[in-house]
Amino acid sequence: MEEVKLLGTWASAFSYRVLWALKLKGVQYEYVEEDLFNKSELLLRCNPVHKKIPVLIHGGKPIAESAVILEYIEEIWPQNPLLPQDPYERTLARFWIKFGEDKFPIFYKFFHSVGEEQVKATKEAKELLKVIEEHGLGEKKYFGGDNIGLTDIAYGWIACWLGVLAEAAGVQLLDAESFPKLQAWADRFKEVPLIKDNLPDPDQMLNYFKLRREQLVASATS
Amino acid sequence: MEGENKVILHGTWSSPYAKRVELALKLKGIPFLYVEEDLKNKSLLLLNYNPVHKKVPVLVHNGKPLAESLCIIEYIDETCNNSPQLLPKDPYERAQVRFWTIFIQQKLYETMLTVMKSAGEAQEKAIKELLEKLQVLEEGMKGFFPDGSPVISNQNMGILEIMICSLLGPYKLQEEVLGVKIIDPEKTPLLVSWLTAINELPLVKESAPPRDKTVALLKFVTENALKSSSA
Repeated sequence: MEEVKLLGTWASAFSYRVLWALKLKGVQYEYVEEDLFNKSELLLRCNPVHKKIPVLIHGGKPIAESAVILEYIEEIWPQNPLLPQDPYERTLARFWIKFGEDKFPIFYKFFHSVGEEQVKATKEAKELLKVIEEHGLGEKKYFGGDNIGLTDIAYGWIACWLGVLAEAAGVQLLDAESFPKLQAWADRFKEVPLIKDNLPDPDQMLNYFKLRREQLVASATS
Repeated sequence: MEGENKVILHGTWSSPYAKRVELALKLKGIPFLYVEEDLKNKSLLLLNYNPVHKKVPVLVHNGKPLAESLCIIEYIDETCNNSPQLLPKDPYERAQVRFWTIFIQQKLYETMLTVMKSAGEAQEKAIKELLEKLQVLEEGMKGFFPDGSPVISNQNMGILEIMICSLLGPYKLQEEVLGVKIIDPEKTPLLVSWLTAINELPLVKESAPPRDKTVALLKFVTENALKSSSA
């Protein structure tokens, strides 16, 4: 059995994606908490291009980019499949994963902006949530159908991080009234045992993101 | 792709994304019907097939639509066993190819657009950024072509070749219209020989839009940039 190591950070949704996939597959791994202000030699060596987490190291070989890591995990450990077997359905799953990746900067903008810009960013984020709800999720229980799959894992940040980020930034984004289906999915997702048992502490997260927000606002208004 | 096979590609001649899918289909020898879309007057069919983005390309396989060029290319590779293999079979190698595909899409495309659409100081800054990122790509490609001279044929052209070709295939034309160098052959010799090898393929040559059309498009994009920057 080759050694599996995950370089991540406790507050990162991207880090958790990989962690969840490994847990769902029952893969034994060693977790290494990185300090992003003092990145380890290992991280810099394993991801010289972006110098970012998460990085998965399997048998000494590094893989970077969480979406790429998720596909790799799915291919190496086929038990408990997280992508549909049918190529068409699989491509649709990948379409939605890519949608989330491509639109992430727009989502994140509300956290980084103030005033008029924040109002605009919040509106844009809500529009994207609507698209995801209507076209991505639709009437399904999970993005993956009856069970969670890679798309659910990729959108896990909506269920587990968005609320905290929104609160820290003083905006309202996902609510049951505006997004009934997506909210219901988020609640279901957080109740999946392996997800529920592997979430960062919500109070710690709120403190962490409140501090980040204060720092961002300070530098934006200075 | 097995059984009854009806493949339709909705694209535009000017879209590098549609070009990618076209190349993938041609490389695999998959017969398809091409539908040229007018982006100022999108067909109802296109809007129906791609309600999320309302963009080209869209591949319709036996009536089922797919959007996003990179997703479509993986689909083509998974459903058609003809050579070339567009992504490697080995999971680790696949991961490396996917990593660089994302790099080209997220880091190079954006910067390239900025180069084309900006002028003066802003353009200079964007070019500098592009050259730096091409340097990173050069380093990364050394892993794929350790002896430094890529030999590309219809049998081994893959998704990375398709990506770089759709972005920088016409780099000499781009440089001519922009009046600046966007690739430094001294700093990125591997990239230049890779692009040259890809551009020599008859399939790539015949899939490229006519020179005058490409030049006209590039001029249109850059001239609009100059107008808005001096307004």
